[in-house]
Amino acid sequence: MRMNTPDEDLAIAAARGDATAFAALLERRYDSLFALCFRLTGSRAEAEDLTQDICLSLPAKLTGYRATARFTTWLYRVAVNAAHDRRRRHATHARAADGWGDWELGRRADIATGAHHRDWLCTAMARLPADLRDTLALTIDDEMTHGEAGIALGISEGTVSWRLSEIRKRLRDMAQQEGAT
Amino acid sequence: MTDPLDDLNAALRAATPRPGAARRAQNLARAQEIFERAQGTADAARPIVGRPSRRAAFTTGARQMFITLTRPAALAATTALVAGVIFVSLPDTRALLAPDPLTRAAAPAEIGETVAADREQAPRPAPVPAAPAFAAPSVATLSAPAPTVSDGVAAQGRVVKAAPPDPLFLAPEDDTETFANENPNPVRVTVDTPVSTFSVDVDTASYAIIRQSIMAGFLPPPEAVRVEEMINYFPYAYPAPDAGAAFRPTIALMQTPWNPGTRLLRIGLQGALPALADRPPLNLVFLIDTSGSMSDANKLPLLIQSFRLMLGQLRPTDEVAIVTYAGSAGLALPPTPAGERSTILAALENLSAGGSTAGEAGLQQAYATAAQMAATGEVSRVILATDGDFNIGLSDPEALKTYIRGQRDSGTYLSVLGFGRGNLDDATMQALAQTGNGTAAYIDTLSEAQKVLVDQLTGALFPIANDVKVQVEFNPATVAEYRLIGYETRALRREDFNNDAVDAGEIGAGHQVTALYEVTPVGSPATLNDPLRYGTAAPGAPGEELAFLRLRAKAPGAEISDLTELAIANTITAPDADTQFAAAIAGFGQVLRGSDYLGGWALDNAIALANGAIGDDPFGYRREAVSLMRLARSLKN
Repeated sequence: MRMNTPDEDLAIAAARGDATAFAALLERRYDSLFALCFRLTGSRAEAEDLTQDICLSLPAKLTGYRATARFTTWLYRVAVNAAHDRRRRHATHARAADGWGDWELGRRADIATGAHHRDWLCTAMARLPADLRDTLALTIDDEMTHGEAGIALGISEGTVSWRLSEIRKRLRDMAQQEGAT
Repeated sequence: MTDPLDDLNAALRAATPRPGAARRAQNLARAQEIFERAQGTADAARPIVGRPSRRAAFTTGARQMFITLTRPAALAATTALVAGVIFVSLPDTRALLAPDPLTRAAAPAEIGETVAADREQAPRPAPVPAAPAFAAPSVATLSAPAPTVSDGVAAQGRVVKAAPPDPLFLAPEDDTETFANENPNPVRVTVDTPVSTFSVDVDTASYAIIRQSIMAGFLPPPEAVRVEEMINYFPYAYPAPDAGAAFRPTIALMQTPWNPGTRLLRIGLQGALPALADRPPLNLVFLIDTSGSMSDANKLPLLIQSFRLMLGQLRPTDEVAIVTYAGSAGLALPPTPAGERSTILAALENLSAGGSTAGEAGLQQAYATAAQMAATGEVSRVILATDGDFNIGLSDPEALKTYIRGQRDSGTYLSVLGFGRGNLDDATMQALAQTGNGTAAYIDTLSEAQKVLVDQLTGALFPIANDVKVQVEFNPATVAEYRLIGYETRALRREDFNNDAVDAGEIGAGHQVTALYEVTPVGSPATLNDPLRYGTAAPGAPGEELAFLRLRAKAPGAEISDLTELAIANTITAPDADTQFAAAIAGFGQVLRGSDYLGGWALDNAIALANGAIGDDPFGYRREAVSLMRLARSLKN
C-alpha cells in the first residue's frame, strides 16, 4: 500500500508517530543499511550488531529528521556515526582485531586455499585508513552522489572526491609494490 | 590498465553478504516495539547507541567515591561522611528509575542492594520531563559565547566543536560538548620572538574531564586537553612568599625527559596563604542549574552532595543564598547565615531538575542577590553549577559576557563548577569563569568535590592577586628556540603585559601556578629551525642568563599592577620530585593531545617518570594520575 510513497514522506510520518510508516520504512531500507554496515566494519557479526544498534536507536533519532536531505543520506549519516562510536569504543576497550583487520588474518589463511580475489580485497581494505574505507563504503553504490556521501560523512563534496582519488593512488601503489616483490 | 577503484568496488560489492534473516526479523520487531513504546510516553526513548559514557561514568564515579573514601588516611575523617552520602544519595537515585526504561535500566542495579531495597518503599517520583528540544539546543550551543580576540585573555580560546554543523540535524543525544582550546603552542625562534606572554590559569577542569573520560573507558578528545590545567591540578612544595608579598616565583631548569637536546624550564608561583582565622566573611550565592538535563546522577545529586561537603567549611558569619534557573529563575533560598545548616540543607534537598535553561535570568538574579548581601570588607562570589546548557533566553552571548564583566568590576567574583558529560559546554564555562574573575572546575566525583570545595576552598574563594600576567624574555645568546607547554587559551599579546586594562587570571589564597617551557640551547642538535642565511646575528646579551621573568599582578580591588622581575640563570639543577612530576604530567597531556614534539617518548616513559616522582603525596592525587596514565596506555594500545 505504501510501496510508492517516497522514503522522505514515510520518515516524516514516522517522526510524527505513524507506526506503520516506520515499519514500512525500516523494512524497505534494512538491507541497504546492513550492506553499508558491513562495508563500514568488514565483518558480518559486527555488521549485524551495528545494524541492530542503529535500528533500536532509530525511533528516537527519527524525531530529529527534518527532510533537509534524502532519507538514505540521513540514515547513512546515523550509521556512520554509530560505526564511529562503535569503533571508538572497540579501539579503546580492547582494540579487537576484528573487521577488516581480521580479514588480514583470514587472508593469510586463505593464501593456502588460494582464494585470490577475496584475498586482494581484504588486503586492500586492511591497508586503507579508516576514513578512506568509510568513504569507499558510502560511494560504492551509484545510488549516492558524492555530495550526499559527503553529507553522510560530515565532510565536503570535494573531500569525498579527493579521498576517492587518494584510494585510487594507494591501490596503484599497492599493486606496484606487489609487482616489485 | 583498469581503474583499481572499480575493481575494489566490484570486489566489495561481491563480498557484501545478505543480512541474516532471523536477526533481520528480530531487529525490525524490536525497533518497532521501541517506536511504539516511544509514542506512548512523553519522553522520546533514548537510544543506547553511543552513550555508554554517562552510565559508565556514574558507576565509575560511585566506585571512585568509595575507593577514595575508604582509603585509610581518609577513613577516619570521613566515616560520618560515608554514612551521610549513602543516606543522601538514596532519594536522588530514584531519578534513575524515572522515565525511560531503555537507558535507565542498567543503572540502578549498580548502586547496590541497600538502594534497591529502599527503592521499593520510595514513592515513585513524577517523571522527569524529557530533555528539551532536539535540534534547537545543539544549534544554540554552536553559537555559544565564542570568545573573541577583543576580549583579552578570556577570549583567546577557540570553540572547538566535535562535529561541524550539518544540515541533517542528527539525533538529540549527539554530544553537544564544546571545549575551549587552541592549537598547541609552536616552537618559537628566540631571535624572532624573544618574548612570551601569558595569563596565569589556576583552573583544573580539564584534568577532571580527562579523568572522567578515561575512567569511563575512552580517551578524551584532544581538544579537551589543556596541559596547563593538568599540571596545575597537583600541589607542589613551592616555598611560601615572604610576608607582605602576594606570591613568590620559583625557578627550576632540568633536562627535558622527551628530548635530550632541550631543557625544561619550570616557573612556579606560590600564592600567599593568609591566616585563615582572619579571613573576611563570605557571601556565597549558589546559582544552580536545575534544567532537565541535570537530572542525571552525576549532575544534580552529585552537586547537592558536593555543596553539603562545602557547607561544613563555612563559618556562622558567612552567608549563603541559592538561586536556581530552569525555565524561570527563582530564589530557592534567601540569604541565610551559614550557621543555619538545617535551613540550607532543606533548601538543597528540595532542588529537583526539570525544565529548560534560562541562564541569563538566573545569572542576573544571582548577582542581584549577591549585591544585596554585600557589605564592606566581605567577599562576594557567585558559584554557578551547571552541565553547560546555557542557551535558552540567551539571545546574545557577548551581552552576557559584557554583563559579567560589569559585575566583576563591582567586586563580585564568579566561579563555575561543571557537572556531567554529554552536553558539557566547557568553552562557555571557561569563558564565563575567565570573564568573571573566577575559576572553572569540573566535578566528576565526590572526591573531586572534596578537593575543590573542601581542601582547596580558601584558594577558590579568596583572591589574593588579580590579573596576574607572566612575561618571559628569552636570551637569544643562550636560547635558540623555546616552546610554552600549554596555556594556549591564555596567551596574551606582548603589549598587553603592561596594559592594566587587559584582564588576566586570578590567584587565590594558597594557589599555585606552574608553567613549563621547553627551551633549546644555542648550538643544540635539537634545534628545529635552521639559522637564516641573511638573518641578523643574535645581539650580544648580558652574561649567561637564560631568560628574564616579569610578573604583573594587582592586589584585589587595586587598579594599578605591581611588577616583579627576576633573572633566570642558565644552570641545570638536579630536578626535584615536583619538577619531574610536573614534566611527567606535561608529557602525559601532550601525548593525549597528540603532540608532535615528543619523538618516541610515550606513556610508558611518562608512567616511569611519574612513578619515580610521587614524593610526598598526602592526598593521593599523584598516584591517581599514574593509574590514569596506565589506563590511558591500555586504552591507547
